[in-house]
Formats: sequence, C-alpha cells, structure tokens
Amino acid sequence: MKRLVLSAAVLALGAGMGMAQQVVRIGTEGAYPPYNMINDRNEVDGFERELGDELCKRAGLTCEWVVTDWDSIILNLNSGNYDAIMAGMSVTAERKESIAFTQGYFPPAASAYAGVSADADLDGVIAAQTGTIQANHVAETGATLMEFPVPEDTVAAVRNGEADAVLADKEFLVPIVAESGGALVFVGEDVFLDEGIGVGLRKSDSELREKFDAAITSMKEDGTLNPLIKKWFGEEAQTF
Amino acid sequence: MFAFCADPGALQTLAWFLCYLTSGTHLAMYWSLGTVLLLLALAAPLALGFGLAGAMAVRSHIGPVRWLGRAYVAMVRGVPDIIFFLFVPIAVDQGIEYLVHLARCPDWTEPVRRGAEFVVCPAAKVPQAGAAVWMQNAYAFALALLAFALVFGAFAANTLHGAMAAVPRAQMETAEAYGMTRRQAFRRILMPQMWVYALPGLGNLWMILIKATPLLFLLGIRDIVYWARELGGAKTSLYAYPHADWRVWYFLAVLVVYLLMTWISERAFARIAARLAIGQPTAAGEALRKAAP
Repeated sequence: MKRLVLSAAVLALGAGMGMAQQVVRIGTEGAYPPYNMINDRNEVDGFERELGDELCKRAGLTCEWVVTDWDSIILNLNSGNYDAIMAGMSVTAERKESIAFTQGYFPPAASAYAGVSADADLDGVIAAQTGTIQANHVAETGATLMEFPVPEDTVAAVRNGEADAVLADKEFLVPIVAESGGALVFVGEDVFLDEGIGVGLRKSDSELREKFDAAITSMKEDGTLNPLIKKWFGEEAQTF
Repeated sequence: MFAFCADPGALQTLAWFLCYLTSGTHLAMYWSLGTVLLLLALAAPLALGFGLAGAMAVRSHIGPVRWLGRAYVAMVRGVPDIIFFLFVPIAVDQGIEYLVHLARCPDWTEPVRRGAEFVVCPAAKVPQAGAAVWMQNAYAFALALLAFALVFGAFAANTLHGAMAAVPRAQMETAEAYGMTRRQAFRRILMPQMWVYALPGLGNLWMILIKATPLLFLLGIRDIVYWARELGGAKTSLYAYPHADWRVWYFLAVLVVYLLMTWISERAFARIAARLAIGQPTAAGEALRKAAP
C-alpha cells in the first residue's frame, strides 16, 4: 500500500514536464450562480467561467478550473494549489493584505437584504456566508450575524425562519427572489460594500497579474465585457 | 444521457426525473460513492499496517523506537482528527514540494516562504502544472489516504497493543519453554492469537472510519455528502433542472447508503469473530467448543 502512495507521487512528479504554454489553474467555488456554478454536465459554468476562458485566450494561457471550498480559497492560493481566484470575490482592503487583485472585471455591486416580508427586522438575525464582505458588514451594523459555509444555506435559513433576512450580493439574490413566487422579497435599501470584483492572485505573482490586467483592459476597450455581464446578470445589471 | 433529455423544460414528470437523476452531476455523485469505497478499501489495510508497526514499536525493547511509537500514538490520539486531516495533506504536500525544489532548482535564490505564501520553483510543483486532471485528483486522493491511515493507524496501534497484552501470559511462557526466540514466539504464538482480542476494537474503528469519510471534502475531494448538499440545494432556472430545496431527500438517501454500509460491515465482523473464536480460551471460543457435537 505504501508503494501505491509512493508510485502515485512519483507518477505525479514525472508528468507534464515539457510546457508549451503556461498552465494557469483557476480556483472557484462553483456554488454561487450566476457568478460561478457547477452545471448539470458537471462542468464549471457561469459568468466567471466564460469570462475566465476568454481572458486566458487573450493572455495566451492554458487555463484549468479547480473547485474548492470558499473557507480555504485564499489559503489554497497562497500555498500554490492554484494560481488565481475567480469566485465572485470582492476586492476589499482586508483581502488585499493577503493577496493581490487585478482591476475589477465586475463593477462595484450592490448587496441587498432579502427576507420573507418587506418589514423584516434588519437589526434582528441576519444570515450571511462566512468570510464575506456581507458577514463583516452585518457584524458592524449591530444585527446578530448567523454565518453559513455556502451561499445556498443562507437563503435556506431565511426560508425556514431561522434568520430574519439574508445579506448577499444582489446579483446572487435576484434570480432567487424572482423565482420564489413571492416567498422572498428584498428588504430595505441596497448597500455598497466593495470595490468591484477582481481576479485574486498571489502577491509574488506580478507577472500573471499584468497578463490578466491587460486582458481585462482589452475586453473593456473592445466592448466585449459589458455584453457578457448583461448576458449573465440581466439587462439591468451594472456595467462599466 | 438519454437523447430525449435534450430539452428538460418540455419533459413530463417521470421522464424529467429520469433525465435529472442521470445528469452529469448525478453521475458524478454515484461515482463519488466509488471514491469513498476505494478510500475505505485502501485506508483500512494501510491503517492496520501503521497500527501494527505502532504497536510493535510501543512493545520494542529499543528505547528510541519505543518512544517514537508512544509519541505517535499519544499525539494522534490526543489531537482532534480534523486538525490532522487539515494538517497532514498540507504539510506532506509542502514537504514533498520543498524537497523536489531543493533537488531541481539549486540556483533558486528567492525564499520559499514569503509571509503567508509558499512558493517553490515551477519545476518543483507537485503535480506538475498542466498535469492531467486525473493526476491532480490521484495526488489529492493519495494525500487524503495518508491522513486517514495515519490517524486511524494510531487508534489501531492502541487496540493492537492492548490485544497483544491480552494474550494469556502462559502461552508466551510455554513458547519460551520450547526454546523459541522472542521473534519466533511473537510470530507463531502472539500474532495468531491476538486477533480475537483485537477484533471488537478494530470493528469499532472500521465503523468510525466509514463515518469519517465525509471529511474527504475538507481535503478537496468531492464525496457523496458534498454532492448531496450541492445537488439538493434549491436550483434556479440558470440550471437545466430547476427545483426547490431538496436537501432533506438527498440527505435521507445518503443516510440509507451509510446505514447499509455499516450494516453489511456488522454482519461481516460477526462472521469473522465467530471464525477467529475457534479454539480460543475466550467465552465465545468456549461456547463454540460446547456446541460442537
């Protein structure tokens, strides 16, 4: 059995020695539609998949997608398990301390509260995903924060009455509220918490950051980024 | 999977479910059960190996070996499993990469650790960048397997050490009287007899091992519980098969699967225990002797 482990390791070592094109592994969560999701064919799909593939094409990179847990997504980037993060990750001052970001590929977006009724208590129990800007915001407002590891659970907590409302990216909540048949409604004003969404990279990897930055710039300049945003987030979505 | 699944929106209930349950993600879920079974099949003998080595080390007459054995058992038993599952794969992965880095990139001048980052030269990446997906998966699986074997090996070591001590002293004294060396007595007398004492403990460990397999997702391997949560969650019309929150049904199915696995294991262990008890000076062995015609 030990030999099996060893030979697997040795196999892995020897593989893929010659590199024609730089291979970049992109980490994503796969549980945050429409930003990123696992579709019914078991492939990474969503806005970031389409955008990421186009960015890689423009930068001349071969890209692979890796699905990973949100909690350890920055940790795994820093320990080199993949080279970039495209997971609807908002650029914040706090995250900039541990990783680098490219310019935004998605404009600063609204976060919104959703509850079972329009008069839900926003100072009551608010559900948010662990380690998100929304969770930080709830902690600051004085409401009681109820944290969940995956986005889906935050909505479920509101549906079954555990939480008064959920705070999440508005674009994530829009299709859920729209298809809830009136069971969920937006509550209160939108809040603006981030500086947009960018590709997260290791701080030491400035070469890769320049490549992604240049590719994003070129997509903004030739007008291909905005239609892509509209395709996934609807006509009313904010664009550049 | 089926040709008529091309347009899920137009399907009738039965056909819809047929298509839904055979979608790519569902097939991946069924395969993930295979991953779990493979892990069990490999982790159990590997852990038994670690356990045997650990138990023999604890009994050793050579000081350092004994200390090493005791330290291993005490350390792993005293620390929450989840810490080891998080620690071992990262530590082993970085350890391997660091060694390869030293071997392949002697001219590399930049530090490997920079703050929170762990950066080795590209040639030292394990697996290599661009390696096939199955290779990445196999590597992650091997690391997970090692973590499971290490943790459960320590518990097995304790069980086996206890079982060795439970073999009647008179058996070993007789072996000595026949002029057997320590090694011979260990191999011929102690080893064959200790299993009957070790089995209840090992059976317990096996059950705990089965139930610990959902920890796999912590290590980046998508197991059946991950899939149940992912597929059971409410799906909007962005997906081909939108549905409400069905997690309770998915978890129910997973519950049945695990119950089935542990039930089959129980029966298997009962048979092995009966087989091992033959001719043993234990209550079960005595009962067998009396029942024999």
